[in-house]
Amino acid sequence: MTDHPLPAAVETVRRVREDPHRLGHRGHGNEGPVEGAGHGETGPARKRIIVGYGFWIFLLSDIVMFACLFAAFAVQRGATAGGPGIKELVDIPRVGWETAALLLSSYTCGLSFAATNARSKLWTQVFLLITGLLGLLFVGLELAEFIGLAQRGITPQASGFLSAFFGLVGLHGVHVTLAGMWLLTMMAQVQLKGFRPEIVHRLICFNLFWHALDIVWIGIFTIVYLMGAVA
Amino acid sequence: MFGKLSWSAIPFDQPIPLITSIILILVIAGTLGLITWKRWWPYLWNEWITSVDHKRIGIMYGLLGVVMLIRGFADAIMMRTQQAVAVGGSQGYLEPEHYNQIFSAHGTIMIFFAAMPLVIGFMNFVVPLQLGVRDVAFPTMNSVSFWLTASGALLVNLSLFIGEFARTGWLPYPPLSEGSYSPGVGVDYYLWAVQISGIGTLMTGINFVTTVLKMRCPGMSYLRMPMFTWTALASSLLIVAVFPILTATLAMLSLDRVFGWHFFTADAGGNPMMFMNLIWAWGHPEVYILVLPAFGIFSEIFSTFSGKPLFGYRSMVAATLFICIVAMMTWLHHFFTMGSGPAVNTAFGISTSVIAVGTGVKIYNWIFTMYGGRVRMTVPMLWSMGFIFTFVIGGMTGVLLAVPPADFLVHNSMFLVAHFHNVIVGGVVFALFAGLDYWFPKAFGFRLHEGWGKASFWFAFVGFWVTFTPLYILGLEGMTRRLQHVNIEEWRPMLQLSVVGVGLLVVGAACQVIMLVVSIVQRDKLRDVSGDPWDGRSLEWATPSPAPFFNFAIMPNVEGEEAYWGIKVKAIESQRLSEEPEYHDIEMPVNSPVGFFTAAFASITGFALIWQIWWLAGLGFAAAIAGFVVFAWRDVHEFHVPAEEVARVERARRASREALLEQIAAAQGATA
Repeated sequence: MTDHPLPAAVETVRRVREDPHRLGHRGHGNEGPVEGAGHGETGPARKRIIVGYGFWIFLLSDIVMFACLFAAFAVQRGATAGGPGIKELVDIPRVGWETAALLLSSYTCGLSFAATNARSKLWTQVFLLITGLLGLLFVGLELAEFIGLAQRGITPQASGFLSAFFGLVGLHGVHVTLAGMWLLTMMAQVQLKGFRPEIVHRLICFNLFWHALDIVWIGIFTIVYLMGAVA
Repeated sequence: MFGKLSWSAIPFDQPIPLITSIILILVIAGTLGLITWKRWWPYLWNEWITSVDHKRIGIMYGLLGVVMLIRGFADAIMMRTQQAVAVGGSQGYLEPEHYNQIFSAHGTIMIFFAAMPLVIGFMNFVVPLQLGVRDVAFPTMNSVSFWLTASGALLVNLSLFIGEFARTGWLPYPPLSEGSYSPGVGVDYYLWAVQISGIGTLMTGINFVTTVLKMRCPGMSYLRMPMFTWTALASSLLIVAVFPILTATLAMLSLDRVFGWHFFTADAGGNPMMFMNLIWAWGHPEVYILVLPAFGIFSEIFSTFSGKPLFGYRSMVAATLFICIVAMMTWLHHFFTMGSGPAVNTAFGISTSVIAVGTGVKIYNWIFTMYGGRVRMTVPMLWSMGFIFTFVIGGMTGVLLAVPPADFLVHNSMFLVAHFHNVIVGGVVFALFAGLDYWFPKAFGFRLHEGWGKASFWFAFVGFWVTFTPLYILGLEGMTRRLQHVNIEEWRPMLQLSVVGVGLLVVGAACQVIMLVVSIVQRDKLRDVSGDPWDGRSLEWATPSPAPFFNFAIMPNVEGEEAYWGIKVKAIESQRLSEEPEYHDIEMPVNSPVGFFTAAFASITGFALIWQIWWLAGLGFAAAIAGFVVFAWRDVHEFHVPAEEVARVERARRASREALLEQIAAAQGATA
């Protein structure tokens, strides 16, 4: 074994300590109260737990909002008013590229957080940057898709179905765009302020958000595009 | 340059809104002038506007709610008087266009800007105190929530002076609310006011779910939480689950109106019924978001003033969560008549009837709490007992409406109007007045005058029934709601009787105002020195009145249900307080203007979107985002309260408690 300190490994140990539930590391059943987890017995949870927990609640509410648009899409899928249906819209290769870009960005986002856990500013920034560029690629491809459709006269004003289509896909696109802006501010914060606790908490939230948008996209990819292609 | 905005937006030809606006502007200018003249701005800014203290935010919510309650009540008075005079040949004093705006504004204001802020205000003020903690999970976000709500309220009131308000009812049903049938800015005012305040409410929901689930003092396990906290949790869970539906639905309607999309239009594949389903999937749970905390307030009051633990505490928790879940399964009963077919109607009729079971459990629990207790007939208790009587009848007319065939006969009638006022006034408004009297000493350090409080209750209680019983009868006779003019002469006496009831309600409201003034004048006589004026049972009464900004000098350690009652019983048994603990520095969040700025920019953005001034909307939105970035950049998040300061506040409270113990000991000595 080496005598050199292993920062990443040390950080891993620290991270396990920070995870009071030790998810995946302890058996089931009642092992008694866990310090700092916010269970009734031990007083308020730590800031990190509170921030992460609150953000999860926000994500759930955001997913409810997407659920409304999914419902609208399901209701209005056939309401084409004599205009084009879903089959005429789907361009599978393009959507394939969009999906690839977004899923890959989730992977690099995860890598950035691994780098955050190892407190490596350089690699955090590198992977955040790649994540952002992939997100930009996704938004760019989607924008090109929308412009292409508009040039064929396929606009949200044309029918109830198209309103629901553009509404659902567009809402996701707006989310990715806003997440990209958030990403830029996070990069600036990491660069200028370093890994302060509150900035790490925000990085946790950002990661959760980015992954959640991926999950929503998988729903859109399946329900709108794949099921549309075989409609 | 200014979109649809022009001088014609100002209602120079309509005396009622014009004069009201001028009076309002004078009042606001006068208030601002007074603040400037007295040099109160630094105090206001530092202690209130930028405050992130949950108690201060709760009080500001309350103030906003009361102001808007008065505005909504003024609308109600106009509607009742108009209907009483506009019978037969007379047209009354309100034009149809104006009347339609008034009933739309009345509903919108009462639900979104009076009831919601007041309920959320109580949640803000009480929940952290009852949990034995020093603040909510996200104090700054809490301030943002409040100011966004205020921003929405501002936009609604602005519609009085610039432009018009919606004429589509408190829920803008398409296709009437679509651009082709409502081309004016009224519906846009509605959409953006509700949208902005709705986002604030959603943030409150997230905040309180996190607070209750993750921030409780040591020993405060779920089944030791006071009932109000439980109901606040249930209400917050509902907010998180359904307010995004409101956001999405209103956004879809906005897209329809502004950009000509076809979500809800009657043509080109739009689907108006989708709006009904979406809006009521939010709208029905919204009723429970309001009434569950009201139930919580009553639970606290029945238990405290009966001197007994809440009867069936666990069944109460179960009933609350049962209502919380079933609330999301009943929405279709709001449109039984819109063609869902017998099978669907039956299913929703049953789910609607079933939800009454949970409420029934609660009613019996409250009655049994009083049974065998030493009931003190204080003002909060009067409101609570008035509530049981009123709410049971409102609930029963609700079950009647839940039966689809019966609903077909009375839907959209005055019977419906009477029913929902019966549950919302009798349930929520009574609770708010009860809670005001109950927690007022904790907020301001003195009790409210009892005599004026009782007078207010009796006028409101009798006034309520005199107002709404005639409406039940008129509804059964076939009078539909929202009539600017009534054709049938025979209905005149009932409508006039209803106005008599409104008169009594006005007297009741006047009594409330007098009660406030008298209490402030006599505050030294009504001073609460013990911090526990009602012999309370939960932790908020363990703090001095008014509660210090850090709430608890030492975080309490809860050892059973009814945390504070346990501490008191122990102290009385041993005839001494617990050992004085060692005081430590306390970390508290620093004030932040981000809420105020965000809301200011949100108001500008909302106004710009209403009038389609796109550059201004973009500017406002960018500024709001910039505000957040600046906020994120701050370096200081917390400040320290030195241990000496903590000790000073806490020792004053202990001294008063020790004096009380001596009194009890002396009394026991006298009887022995």
